[in-house]
Amino acid sequence: MTLGQADKLVEKRAEDLKAGGLIPQRQKGKITIRCKAPGGRVTAERLERIAVVARKYGSGVVHLSVRQSPEIPYVELADLDAVTRELAEAGQEIASCGKRFRVSTACGGCEYNPNGWTDTQRLALEATERFFGQPTPHKFKTSFSGCVRDCVRARAADLGFQGMVEPTLIAENCTHCTLCVKACQDDALVMTADELPVRDEDRCISCGDCIKACPFDAMVAKGVGHAVYVGGKHGKHPHAAYPVAEFVPDDKVFAVIETTMAWYREHGGKAERIGETVDRVGIDSYRRALRGIVGDALLTAADIAKPRWRRVLYRGLADTFPEYGDVG
Amino acid sequence: MERTPDAQIDLRGTPCPMNWVKLKLTLEEMGGGQVIEVVLDDGDAIRNVPRSAIAEGHRVLHVTPLEGAFRLLIERAGAQGA
Repeated sequence: MTLGQADKLVEKRAEDLKAGGLIPQRQKGKITIRCKAPGGRVTAERLERIAVVARKYGSGVVHLSVRQSPEIPYVELADLDAVTRELAEAGQEIASCGKRFRVSTACGGCEYNPNGWTDTQRLALEATERFFGQPTPHKFKTSFSGCVRDCVRARAADLGFQGMVEPTLIAENCTHCTLCVKACQDDALVMTADELPVRDEDRCISCGDCIKACPFDAMVAKGVGHAVYVGGKHGKHPHAAYPVAEFVPDDKVFAVIETTMAWYREHGGKAERIGETVDRVGIDSYRRALRGIVGDALLTAADIAKPRWRRVLYRGLADTFPEYGDVG
Repeated sequence: MERTPDAQIDLRGTPCPMNWVKLKLTLEEMGGGQVIEVVLDDGDAIRNVPRSAIAEGHRVLHVTPLEGAFRLLIERAGAQGA
């Protein structure tokens, strides 16, 4: 074997390690093993097995990664096969690092979280089943938040989905109690002269607090969907995500992911995150691609100038966005 | 027509989340279908407490605005006499 071949093998081995969810440690021969936990959810059985493995092959500690993965540090590279096998026996798979679709993160979602509107756990699980490990120009992280509180930072993901709800009033049920108006922290609801709450659609951030506050089933959910954000990342050079669509229904989520990854593969430069690609190629190129999937749910320049979008972003951030043009 | 309350609690001046905790404990002492009259401050209290009660299955029957506060009638969850 020549030196060049050896280098290539080492390089390939490092990439294989990353693909396999193994992170080389500063301690020679030791690796950290990242366990797959879409949405940060792990069964008690798997969690017990992770603990057993960490005690047997690691140093008895587990680190919870920023993106919700339990990681077992201090594993000997030589024990890798045994560790993988023993985790697999309990149904625990290994996650991934490197330039590919990563395990999706999610909040508790509508299943048990009082604020959530979308089933983020189901979507994160299914997105991970469908796309996990697929190659992209650089890492590609998705996250699912159930509401505009955005606990899992859809606004800082390469592609983020955030639950939103459109409230509507059934006037005959309204007792004029004003609890919905009190619940609204965005001055989007006012009581009119005839004592009915009226919603300012430009100010409403679609959080649904008014619906949850109403005791009389008068303020109800008319529609639920996802805000879509693209291009977010943190790290050395953080990049805020751009809001690009609203009220995207569940059944279009995977098409949005597919289309976004296809656009990214077509336009993304080497080791370039999608936010940088969007800036270099132009946001309208991406918006045009997305429009084919989401149609009128695509956000326009006029939309993102409204308080309902400006107020859910860091102050002044929307002023730094590229101009959204007319994409038909 | 307003129901006569079986119990009363004035939670003015009690901050979140203690106002909800006190109401919850009081409700637990009561029987299913019984009604409590609650007075809550405007602001955080009125924004959060009724919502917590609704989420636990209790029923808000009536809301009356007062000066800087609200008076609510809440029916305890569960079958009558439970």
